[in-house]
Amino acid sequence: MSVTSSPAGPGRRPRGAGQGWAGPAFVAGYTILLVAFGVLPIGYAVYFAFTDAGGTFTGFANFVGTAQDFRFLDAVGHVAVYLLFWLVSLVVFVVALALLLHRLASGPVSRTLRFLYYIPGALAGAASVLVWLFMLDPTVSPVRSLLSGMGFDTFGQVIAPGNLAVLFTIIAFWTGAGGWIVVMYGALNNIPQDVLEAARIDGAGAWKTAWHVQIPMLRKWIVYMVILAFAGGVQLFVEPQLLSLASVGVAGRDYSLNQLTYDFAFQMNNINGAAAVSVELLVVSASVAGFFVARSGFFDAD
Amino acid sequence: MTKRRSVLLAACAATMAMTVAACGGSAPEKTTKDGFAQAAQTDGTVTVWVDATRVAAAKQYQELHPEAKLDIVTYDGDANGSNYLQTKVQLFNRTGKGWPDVVFSSQNNEVTWAVDAGFAAPLDKGLIPAATLGGFAKGANDVCTVNGTVHCLRNDLSQAVLWYNAPLMKQFGYTVPKTWEEYQKLGEKVAAEHPGYLVGDAGDSFSPEIYLWASKCGANHITGPKSVEVNTTGENCTKMANLMDGLIKNKSMSISGVFSTEFAKNEADKVLLMPGPAWFGGAVFKDTLKTASKTIAVAPIPQWQGETSPATGNVGGGTWLLSQHSTNLKAATDFLTWVTTDNAYQGEKSPGFPAYAPAAENWLKAQGTAGYFVGDLGALKEGSSQVWPGWGSGQFSQEAIWAATVKPGLTQGQTIASLLPAWQDAIVKHAQSFGYKVNS
Repeated sequence: MSVTSSPAGPGRRPRGAGQGWAGPAFVAGYTILLVAFGVLPIGYAVYFAFTDAGGTFTGFANFVGTAQDFRFLDAVGHVAVYLLFWLVSLVVFVVALALLLHRLASGPVSRTLRFLYYIPGALAGAASVLVWLFMLDPTVSPVRSLLSGMGFDTFGQVIAPGNLAVLFTIIAFWTGAGGWIVVMYGALNNIPQDVLEAARIDGAGAWKTAWHVQIPMLRKWIVYMVILAFAGGVQLFVEPQLLSLASVGVAGRDYSLNQLTYDFAFQMNNINGAAAVSVELLVVSASVAGFFVARSGFFDAD
Repeated sequence: MTKRRSVLLAACAATMAMTVAACGGSAPEKTTKDGFAQAAQTDGTVTVWVDATRVAAAKQYQELHPEAKLDIVTYDGDANGSNYLQTKVQLFNRTGKGWPDVVFSSQNNEVTWAVDAGFAAPLDKGLIPAATLGGFAKGANDVCTVNGTVHCLRNDLSQAVLWYNAPLMKQFGYTVPKTWEEYQKLGEKVAAEHPGYLVGDAGDSFSPEIYLWASKCGANHITGPKSVEVNTTGENCTKMANLMDGLIKNKSMSISGVFSTEFAKNEADKVLLMPGPAWFGGAVFKDTLKTASKTIAVAPIPQWQGETSPATGNVGGGTWLLSQHSTNLKAATDFLTWVTTDNAYQGEKSPGFPAYAPAAENWLKAQGTAGYFVGDLGALKEGSSQVWPGWGSGQFSQEAIWAATVKPGLTQGQTIASLLPAWQDAIVKHAQSFGYKVNS
């Protein structure tokens, strides 16, 4: 349900005669699908958020009611901590690994690494979480000695409430970061060779080139990644939900806001409250996206 | 801006109205009969939702009734409180179609929402004869009864008993404890004389229902459709918590959970005693732990010394629900009656202790003939009418609350006794969030 816009801006060439139809035609299919499966459901959710089960307008009652639920603030805290871990690790490691990959460019090592980075991203979300459930259970884990070296002898110790934000970050990084590394690598390849060569002639080493040339030129891609990762992270659901099922409830089924939304809707029969929380998530994601887009000059033409 | 927003809202509302109308179609005529408004009846296919274990029951019915048009759908049976059925029914309620005719659920609290959602049909207003309903064990259908009306039929009972390894007990020279005091002493003895062997397991989300319920701990007294009494710090609770803490400390009681990989791998052959529900015999010992035949015997659950009335807990036990929306109530009711009462399934094939008393008699005989257990299973029959009525089935999940509140603390070395106030607090909050009035 992310509402970020495509990074593809309008073409650089001024639109000539006869090209007037091409742009709209290209985006028509996308626009129709966006309206059908994005805008209309959002409108539906907004309608639900401001009404009760009988369809009567209730103002902000659903927002107030759900915010007063005893699990709400805990869930906000959990998601906030997770987002901090996830976004920081994503930006730092994805950029670092992409730069490393770029340094090793054009050898067989690079191709192998690109393939390896990409594999986890090719697994469906739920499947990769299941792989992790297997990895995290010391009884069956292939990295059992590593876990027991860290003092974990049982699955219960691994999934202790204090460890969850780190665990979800590791799982999300493993499943999501590979694709971004490949994207960043592509973006690095787009930096003209003469720019890098100029830097080298000026005496810049690998570190200085990365810090003063490559990373600034990756800025828009990093912003794009942060916006999408933030929108995805706010909606944390699959990881805690599966972990909760696997641990028979120890991990809690109300860890994240999205899980709480699910509980409101399908356990407590409060679809309107669920819609209210969903709308809050949408507003937060859209605001953050707007902030980053405005501050980064995301849509500025080069 | 405000105007634009209201136009947007109106547009959304109109879209929604059209969507609902399109999905729902025109409302068919309904006739009030058997205590509810029934859909127009046809002789169409009966859709039956069952969990993997109950597929055999539905297939057996189909074999015995080749003329019945049955569509058997497997789902998770709401195991571990997945709420799959509730989720789907709410969606079906919105779209106006899709409901299954008969559903098996492994959860005892299914009717607490299914009646409100207009899904579960009343069964004692004409659909199921009073004589059939009267055949169920005393209290078996309490979990199915809302405001005096029966809305589901119990599949099996899950009274807790004391399972034990008979040859090992004999080898160690121990006698089966009759009281919790004897049980505690035995646990201490086992820890000293045979370290590694277990007298119980407290690692499951349903552990409170095995131990604390049997101790008459007042954690979950449902006093009305939306009211509950919660007191987890009374003496009945603390003395059992202390007993468990002592045995957990000396490691004669595990905190792994009988279905965990750790338990299956490290402790499967270390079970000397194990308080647990009726279904432990088949589901845990025979199928999960692969305990050899002629090893496991069953005794009544211990009682505190001086207790006048025996009490045991009730750990699950499935229920069968019939949909109010069924368009073939005759066939659906026939299946429901067969699957809950007929000897062909309940009396002979059912993995759990049948809730229907005549089938239970047959089941006990069949278990004796099968020869897996040592001695008779009379303790199960005794226990079936000794479930302490001070615990009920509320809409909130006691298992989920225990799992999220007490179990992490236990894993980190905290005692159950020290976690009782936190447990109470969590129960109260969850109950209130479901609209329960809580007395504590």
